[in-house]
Amino acid sequence: MDLLQRFEAYIASDKKIEPKDWMPDAYRKTLIRQISQHAHSEIVGMLPEGDWISRAPSLKRKAILMAKVQDEAGHGLYLYSACETLGVQRDDTIADLHSGKAKYSSIFNYPTLNWADIGAVGWLVDGAAIMNQVPLCKCSYGPYARAMVRVCKEESFHQRQGFQIMMTMAGGTEEQKEMAQDALNRWWWPSLMMFGPPDDDSPNSAQSMAWNIKRFTNDELRQKFVDLTVPQAELLGLTVPDPDLKWNEETGHYEIGEIDWSEFKRVISGDGPCNKERIETRRKAWDDGAWVREAAVAHSQKQADRRASTDTAAA
Amino acid sequence: MEKKNWPLWEIFIRSRQGLSHRHVGSLHAADAEMAVENARDVYTRRQEGASIWVVPASAITASSPDEKSVLFDPADDKVYRHPTFYDLPDEIKHM
Repeated sequence: MDLLQRFEAYIASDKKIEPKDWMPDAYRKTLIRQISQHAHSEIVGMLPEGDWISRAPSLKRKAILMAKVQDEAGHGLYLYSACETLGVQRDDTIADLHSGKAKYSSIFNYPTLNWADIGAVGWLVDGAAIMNQVPLCKCSYGPYARAMVRVCKEESFHQRQGFQIMMTMAGGTEEQKEMAQDALNRWWWPSLMMFGPPDDDSPNSAQSMAWNIKRFTNDELRQKFVDLTVPQAELLGLTVPDPDLKWNEETGHYEIGEIDWSEFKRVISGDGPCNKERIETRRKAWDDGAWVREAAVAHSQKQADRRASTDTAAA
Repeated sequence: MEKKNWPLWEIFIRSRQGLSHRHVGSLHAADAEMAVENARDVYTRRQEGASIWVVPASAITASSPDEKSVLFDPADDKVYRHPTFYDLPDEIKHM
């Protein structure tokens, strides 16, 4: 059996591909792109929420938000490591983010204007992310699948804490309820866009499905999210900002209005409300951290030299 | 030249594709290739393995048991990292 046949047999029998296995270049490239962009999304995703750590309304909320942002950092690191098993260098991957060559989830280019947004981000953005990530636990590339199992397990509190913020605000004063509604208004559509373009305009989807990287299409996942989330909004006493939204008794699914894909394309190509600020913040963090990285290397060199001279003295 | 003590190798076995390599034990061998061959014989006689990693034991830095509380106690009072910390209405089945 030649290498390609063996690879295809593995995929056909739903076996995992591991780093040392032969794989087609296009499979490797697709995974590098997807996993690195996923990692970047976790790291850039820390920024909109990080903005509210110092302004959280209570010590409890602050501790929770810190724990969540810490988790996102960890998830970025799991994913960068998984990406490195495909033969890329961490520093190059990060350079691609900073140069704009690599993309990240467009949702993080929207601002968090007030505390209700932190609730909406946890509830909707993490909810959508979980919907995307759960099937990835079964994707065909072993290191990615294993990283996803860990991420999903840790992520399970993220959505709950967001929903709880929304519950508190929706059940609070008139003003608080308005803030919750306003946050839902602003985050609803961008959250639906997180699942990516519609199936008939998603050129890479078919190949990713054939390789068992993707298990469901963009539209399938978006539908699942809508079906699960609309009743949650009702429970909160909030209105989903879609006049065309209706329940279809026959299909057992909600039908939604038209998504503004021109907005999606605009934001993903760099022209969203915060694209520039997000990348500048990441670059600045990298540059400001240069002395720490240099000091760590100098320290390890000093320790190694010291050990070498002790060994010589002992011998 | 006879080398008295061969280096110690820590052995990690992947039991099947899709699972991570797990530490199973250690053995002595003159070099990495011999360690792989010996690990095959010592640890995978009953089809336990799909892949072997050998790592020089001297390359492993371990935390000290004395550091246990310093390292791990801080997680004890962070119950909010667990989903069960958040009460949800009964209507919400999956979250």
